[in-house]
Amino acid sequence: MKICVLIKQVPDQESVLKINSEETWVVEDNLVFTTNESDTYALEEALLLKESVGGEVVVCTLGPERSSQALKDALAKGADRALFMQDEIFDQLDSQGTARVIAQALREEQFDLILTGLQADDTGDAQLGPMLAEELDRPHVTLVVETELLNGGLKVKQELEGGWFQHIEIDLPALLTIQSGINKPRYASLRGIMAMKSKEIKQITAQDMGLDTSSLIPYHVVKRLYVPPKTKETTFLEGTPDEVVEQLVQRLTNEAKVL
Amino acid sequence: MGKVLAFLQHLDGKVSRNSLEALKGAQELAAAEGHSLTGVVLGVDTAPTELSAIHMDELLLVSSPELANYSSEYYVAAMQAVLAAETPELLIAGHTYQARDWLPRLAYRLGRPLVSDCVGYHQDSDLRWVRQIFQGKISADVETTPGLVIISFQSGAFRSDDLAEGKPAIRTMDVDLSGVPLRVRPGERFQEAKGAVDLSRAERIIAVGRGIGEEENLTMIRELAGALGAELGSSRPVVDYGWLPQDHQIGSSGQTVTPKLYLAVGVSGAIQHQVGMKNSDCIVAINKDPNAPIFEIADYGIVANLLDIVPRLAATLKERQGD
Ligand SMILES: Cc1cc2nc3c(=O)[nH]c(=O)nc-3n(C[C@H](O)[C@H](O)[C@H](O)COP(=O)(O)OP(=O)(O)OC[C@H]3O[C@@H](n4cnc5c(N)ncnc54)[C@H](O)[C@@H]3O)c2cc1C
Ligand SMILES: Nc1ncnc2c1ncn2[C@@H]1O[C@H](COP(=O)(O)O)[C@@H](O)[C@H]1O
Repeated sequence: MKICVLIKQVPDQESVLKINSEETWVVEDNLVFTTNESDTYALEEALLLKESVGGEVVVCTLGPERSSQALKDALAKGADRALFMQDEIFDQLDSQGTARVIAQALREEQFDLILTGLQADDTGDAQLGPMLAEELDRPHVTLVVETELLNGGLKVKQELEGGWFQHIEIDLPALLTIQSGINKPRYASLRGIMAMKSKEIKQITAQDMGLDTSSLIPYHVVKRLYVPPKTKETTFLEGTPDEVVEQLVQRLTNEAKVL
Repeated sequence: MGKVLAFLQHLDGKVSRNSLEALKGAQELAAAEGHSLTGVVLGVDTAPTELSAIHMDELLLVSSPELANYSSEYYVAAMQAVLAAETPELLIAGHTYQARDWLPRLAYRLGRPLVSDCVGYHQDSDLRWVRQIFQGKISADVETTPGLVIISFQSGAFRSDDLAEGKPAIRTMDVDLSGVPLRVRPGERFQEAKGAVDLSRAERIIAVGRGIGEEENLTMIRELAGALGAELGSSRPVVDYGWLPQDHQIGSSGQTVTPKLYLAVGVSGAIQHQVGMKNSDCIVAINKDPNAPIFEIADYGIVANLLDIVPRLAATLKERQGD
């Protein structure tokens, strides 16, 4: 089975974010970047599927130079090779443009299965997977928490709201967006890290793909970023840990009356 | 005058709450822009009763045998036909799990923008959509190119109690989906065998998040829970890591709780967590990050390392009980 995993590099969850002076993005200089959380689960699912039926796992990202690290991490965990779409012209892409460009690079590879995370933790669009499936004219299922291979197809478990689930059968080739918790992502082994160094990372530019860049004008543009205005008055308790605990117990007893 | 379409998701004759909240947004936008408002329900030929008393110019019931149950391929094709016939300025939906599944595909097919998970909009000279990025830590104002725009509104972006009342005219529309290939075949919906933990009736809950750092720290949390007489709940990552079973998870894909006291420890307060606990009477958050979104909804906040606070709090509460 030939599987592609899309991964995006995003700022670490613990990052302290600062908005840039143009108010269009965050200042990236001091940020630590990591692989988007749900994408790590997608990669693990691909590696497990490969281990059970054989085949190839190809990881793919579109992003700036720094994001090659996310590909290297995936190769060290056991992915076979990587596609790295990098071009200045890609900086302004929205979900639709990203889907169009990635589809162009994946089309000739003829993957049986494409896995993505369910949403990127930075922009939170939750759009790329279904859009890519549409461009490649293949079926998709989102929010997948279990996969099982059938003859010629796939049975997946989809998470619904409020603790409900649903099994879905889907024809291959297909695209799935993977929800966190589906498996336990592995760590890279020392051997894996050594092996990574000899694995291929194929660089692809807009020109390499023969892309008509005029079709990549974004449909939506971020005009301004800002810190969300506070809507509720939180009473912050301050002091040493002992003082804070004392205040909290007092407040919960006398003010909120919940103790 | 243009038109606003509001998509109304339903199950077993009931409209999703998130759809009704988005419908309130659609009412406001239609009024502000001088547009008419049409509610759209797929897969029924009688309207869900609750819709008959809500202000909409009309309610469009779209039927076809293929729409009896949700499927992304049929929904996209049906809505494509509806949009072609109705040519609205805006299509508005709730940002439900179902909307996540099919709206991006629809937007891509139409070559139109989808601004997902919006929390509101500004109307200055241009219409700007407000959405949150970086898991609620930053807000973004977004503008789109002219023409049809698809918007999904986050749960809680508007209040369904505020819906204007009225009596929509009912219109029906048939769509022919016989040519659409069915490559995705959903089965029945089900719930996992219910575990022992029902948090919906708990009076006090301590919810632990990824901020506890390691599984071993649960011991200290359990001690606090004992001293407080509280049940243990958690955010999603704690369940994903296998530190607590799934039936402890609180949020959009877990339980919804309304205790008298909700103590969030090392929980950032992402929207998917908030929807499961924001109606608690008293919310206390302990988090080392003063900008964590949980403080948006907390009554009391403690900005500190939870390892410094939790054991002391447990000890103080135990002492009190000893008195
Ligand atoms: C479709 C979908 C469904 C989802 N369903 C759910 C759901 O049902 N429930 C749910 O909870 N999430 C759900 N999520 C995930 C959600 O988006 C967040 O990722 C998740 O809630 C974050 O969990 P957290 O707060 O524990 O972790 P994080 O966001 O990583 O936050 C950890 C917090 O701990 C703080 N911290 C770290 N160390 C310390 C310390 N020593 N002392 C004090 N504070 C510390 C940090 O400042 C941070 O704020 C869902 C997501 C999606 C996309
Ligand atoms: N630039 C990118 N390169 C590779 N994969 C991406 C990129 N952006 C998004 N994805 C994938 O699409 C998923 C959903 O992202 P989004 O629609 O942006 O929220 C992510 O979890 C990734 O798997």
